[in-house]
Amino acid sequence: MSKVRVLVGTRKGAFVLTSDGKRERWDVNGPHFGGWELYHLKGSPADPNRLYASQSSSWFGQVIQRSNDGGKTWESVGNKLVYEGVPGTHLWYDGTPRPWEFARVWHLEPSLTDPDTVYAGVQDAALFRSIDGGQTWQELPGLRQHESASLWQPGAGGMCLHTILLDPSHPGRIFIAISAAGVFRSDDAGKTWRPMNRGLRSEQIPDPTAEVGHCVHRIAMHRSRPNVLFMQKHWDVMRSDDGGESWREVSGNLPTDFGFPIDVHAHEPETIYVVPIKSDSEHYVPDAKLRVYRSRTGGNEWEALTKGLPQRDCYVNVLRDAMTVDALEPCGVYFGTTGGQVYASADAGDSWAPIVRDLPSVVSVEVQTLP
Amino acid sequence: MIRVVLPAHLRTLAHVDGEVKLDVEGQATQRAVLDTLEAAYPMLRGTIRDQVTQQRRAFVRFFACEEDLSHEPPDTLLPDAVASGAEPFLIVGAMAGG
Repeated sequence: MSKVRVLVGTRKGAFVLTSDGKRERWDVNGPHFGGWELYHLKGSPADPNRLYASQSSSWFGQVIQRSNDGGKTWESVGNKLVYEGVPGTHLWYDGTPRPWEFARVWHLEPSLTDPDTVYAGVQDAALFRSIDGGQTWQELPGLRQHESASLWQPGAGGMCLHTILLDPSHPGRIFIAISAAGVFRSDDAGKTWRPMNRGLRSEQIPDPTAEVGHCVHRIAMHRSRPNVLFMQKHWDVMRSDDGGESWREVSGNLPTDFGFPIDVHAHEPETIYVVPIKSDSEHYVPDAKLRVYRSRTGGNEWEALTKGLPQRDCYVNVLRDAMTVDALEPCGVYFGTTGGQVYASADAGDSWAPIVRDLPSVVSVEVQTLP
Repeated sequence: MIRVVLPAHLRTLAHVDGEVKLDVEGQATQRAVLDTLEAAYPMLRGTIRDQVTQQRRAFVRFFACEEDLSHEPPDTLLPDAVASGAEPFLIVGAMAGG
């Protein structure tokens, strides 16, 4: 029978949650790396026992951990992530130039085919790659050296490269997203990059339709249809049908179109999920109700999913990397909250139950579907 | 032999209990101690000082013999009591963050 393994990163450690394919009874293992911030953990699609984890702290900086046994044991690997050449400057919050400075790894994206190849999205925004299982890291500097980079500015959480999508149909095509620069695409394995922000409109920047400067929170694709992308922007849920060349808004009837995560159903490329958040200054759900919204039409028409989720006195947030889907039938959906709950749905979002209720604040949730 | 006391999180990362004992070649300076420590425990690289600039991380402090040595130049000789092993060199995670 199939199994699932949910990898949870929190403000104070990592947890590994496992269940059989019914997804009713769960084993909770952890904390791993207690006391450290785990911004992201993810398994290799090519070898599900190979996991990577970003471990960091304000005191002791960045550590990268690797597991070869599905998260039972871990070893620290290389953590020397150094920008190529002399880093230039980007804009600081006050509009003055500020040199690039490494803060942490926000997101680790293992290669679709090689367990030893993994990409790291970092703050200040840049993309790194390791081809030796995380032992050594090299920047792909073409992104940070893009002609627009001196104009990039940090979002409230820092100037982070938080999303990396590897296109399974076009070898060498990579999408990344940066807060608050926007989406960029490379078609040559990361050597050169183009902004992919046409159609985005952000009233918080001087030119609302600028080529860069948009606070993109997350983008997602279905692997069967990689030219279709979905985006949760700071405000607005967006969709592209042409590989990011242009975007249109699909917020439709959402109660608020601010939010962080967005994800796509494993078997239905037009079914997508978001978690609306009241506003950018009130980072909690609207009306004190935790509701996932699902669209079965690729956006615009949304339905609230509430069964099993708190519908009163709830003031949590769900961060950008804290929602994911498994590959079982029916599709499982998972998300973690800043209140430390991890919720799972084994029926594509129709009903929900907490796997755990009292973890540290959840930063990221990924799931592996195992044979 | 020089005795080094690591903060708890770095002891966990380095898989050590209690003090670390190091044979430091040459003069006992802060830089020599950290070089020897990182050679013996490579997973500590970058956690105490920057891997490129060698600057001490802002929330890490160096204490010995009831003195704060954090701001001493890295090539300054450590106190004799540290060099002889009578007193440990303390690497401390600063109290910060509430």
